[in-house]
Amino acid sequence: MSKVNNILLAGVGGQGILLASEVISEVMLLAGLDVKKNEIHGMSQRGGSVVSHVRYGEKIYSSIIPEGEVDILFSFELLETCRYLPLLRKNGRVIGSNWQISPPAVARGVQAYPENLEQKICQQFPLSVIVDGLGLALAAGNAKTVNTVLLGALSNVLDFERGLWLEALQKLIPPRLLDVNMKAFELGCGEVSR
Amino acid sequence: MKKVLLSGNEAIARGTYEAGALVACAYPGTPSTEILENITQYGEIDASWAPNEKVALEVGIGASFGGARTLVTMKHVGVNVAADPLFTLSYTGVRGGLVLVTADDPELHSSQNEQDNRNFAKFAKVPMLEPADSQEALDYTKLAFEISEQFDTPVFLRSTTRISHSKSAVFLGERVADIPEPKLKRDPAKLVMLPGNARKRHQIVEQRTLDMEQWSCQQPFNQVEKGAGEVGVITSGVSYQYVKETMPDADVLKLGMVYPLPKQLIREFASQYKTLYVIEELDPFIEEQVRAMGITVIGKDKLSICGELTPGRIKQQLFNQESPVEDTSAEIPQRPPSMCPGCPHRGVFAELKKAKAYVSGDIGCYTLGFMPPLSAMDTCICMGASVGIATGICKVLPEQEQRKVVAVIGDSTFLHTGINGLMDMVYNKSTATLIILDNRITAMTGRQENPTSGYLLNQLEAPRVDMEQLCRAVGVKHVTILDPYDLAMTGKVIRAEMARPEVSVIITTRPCMLVPRDNQIPRPPLFVDHDKCTGCKACLQIGCPAIVWDSEKKKAVVDKIICTGCKVCMQTCGFDAFQQYGDKS
Repeated sequence: MSKVNNILLAGVGGQGILLASEVISEVMLLAGLDVKKNEIHGMSQRGGSVVSHVRYGEKIYSSIIPEGEVDILFSFELLETCRYLPLLRKNGRVIGSNWQISPPAVARGVQAYPENLEQKICQQFPLSVIVDGLGLALAAGNAKTVNTVLLGALSNVLDFERGLWLEALQKLIPPRLLDVNMKAFELGCGEVSR
Repeated sequence: MKKVLLSGNEAIARGTYEAGALVACAYPGTPSTEILENITQYGEIDASWAPNEKVALEVGIGASFGGARTLVTMKHVGVNVAADPLFTLSYTGVRGGLVLVTADDPELHSSQNEQDNRNFAKFAKVPMLEPADSQEALDYTKLAFEISEQFDTPVFLRSTTRISHSKSAVFLGERVADIPEPKLKRDPAKLVMLPGNARKRHQIVEQRTLDMEQWSCQQPFNQVEKGAGEVGVITSGVSYQYVKETMPDADVLKLGMVYPLPKQLIREFASQYKTLYVIEELDPFIEEQVRAMGITVIGKDKLSICGELTPGRIKQQLFNQESPVEDTSAEIPQRPPSMCPGCPHRGVFAELKKAKAYVSGDIGCYTLGFMPPLSAMDTCICMGASVGIATGICKVLPEQEQRKVVAVIGDSTFLHTGINGLMDMVYNKSTATLIILDNRITAMTGRQENPTSGYLLNQLEAPRVDMEQLCRAVGVKHVTILDPYDLAMTGKVIRAEMARPEVSVIITTRPCMLVPRDNQIPRPPLFVDHDKCTGCKACLQIGCPAIVWDSEKKKAVVDKIICTGCKVCMQTCGFDAFQQYGDKS
């Protein structure tokens, strides 16, 4: 069987995870590959933990990534990154944001937000890239473009024509928000050199 | 042909369009909701939300009897509500093709149970197709309309969460031409189900099932995929994908129609293997029927009936492989869903908790009132059940305890099946209190319109049900209209109505925070004056995601990006520490 590539997106409801997985899937479709993506809507939209599976290759069956076969954990929030870290394959990597959002028990002061997560991630998976997603999004001019910043960082480590990414963004992002998102994508691209 | 990425739900909507359907009707429910929302892009189809699934199916039956191809969609538990018309529709058959989508939710991602609705197909004697990806979701929808007309029967299309909400590549087709013009045609012997007519129709139904069982043995949707020839697997739906993933060498009989089963085809397939698996999610629905044919299989003796299948679970349960993944859940704080900042339900549950109410809950965003720190819900069974359960529990309790019982229900759920319970409350002189949390939208499923919202599925304006007049019309004498952002008043009204030894209804008036048209006046966010904050954590007891504990300063902090300025937290503070930006006082 030819290689199947697995990207798991993780974060918090409202961070733009589903749009990001839409963009990645569209890039794969434009590249002529088979692609499936899978996520749970519903309860998780209320600020809960959200994941989206994206799989691409010559032929994809299951839309759920088998345990331990995630190649890239593409994550939007540090605690959520750590929650799904065990699903990564041994030589896998995290492309993610250093954003921290307190879950309810932490916000109420009942539990603590775990410390040193960024170091822990990079020690375990040395190829990981953690960027200041929110800072770059604000630099692009809109706090809600964190997902596009991260897509830029992701595009550096995936071997697809830059034009495909731009085409997918143009297709899926509303015209009035396209300029700021293009800027966010560029800033994300600048974070990792190929 | 154009190739696009579609979710299973988008593909079902597209298939309905391509099949030439003229009517689509539904009550929203995860994971089915997006089917009707997507159908609105096809102007040729009259698409509407009904107040509940029974009405949706009845509207669908009428459209079919009028001669139009018709789609009706609902989540698995919705079919329980629609079961009454369904079982007799099986007898009458259809005129225009009628397809009923049941979207099941193995793993209970967003449901109160994980019933396997394939059982409904057998129970109601209605054929059922089960797609395994988005392309099949489109193709089988079109096929279901054809089968419906060919065999004069409603047809189930069963999806599951992983089919409805997964996206995969789909080739689009054209809408069929020459759609017949609907017109009246009387046929009372077929459509009036009095005993004399229904007895004859029942015999037709039994023959129809036998005919389809034979016919389906030769149909391409039930197909054998050859592998290495050593082990055989019978499977269907999303389980097929997991079989291909985990057992790439197996010979696979993939069933596109799971009821009735193609028995002859199964017999021929089974005869070739010493080892035969049936791999299916939830109940042993195929397995029991195959075993009843005298065939030995491996199935639910190894695979769990509970929860969904995944490639990993098949490897672990069927082949005893250990999970490669270490469990770190104990170290990482959970992140459950919670009521949104500014949600009008929050204050009501905070006050119910203070009043020590026994809360008979219902299905909607407000079910999150169960979660800590509010922790103010004691029962939740099904749509509309809060009202009847409150009536019933009051029947058996001593008077002092009866006073504690409060039913809590949302506007959409109240109109779905709660109103019947309220009639019973009045008629049978219950003493319970009912709170209708009227936020003017069906919020939990993603903000769908309903008869209290004033808008239709297609966003045109519609008449709005007057909740107060509705309650008075069924005989409620005490109806109080309440602003749930006013905590003191909310507490006072709840206590007064709980104490009243008669039926009373409280209706809250604040709209859902996520509906822009109802929230046009912006309210500035709040902040905490840290000179006044004593760190007492009282404000943290209402569970607002916008209030965060700063563990270094030992003070509360408001996240001004997500704060909506509802001021509910301000009213919990005994030290006047909350202030609103732009407020000069």
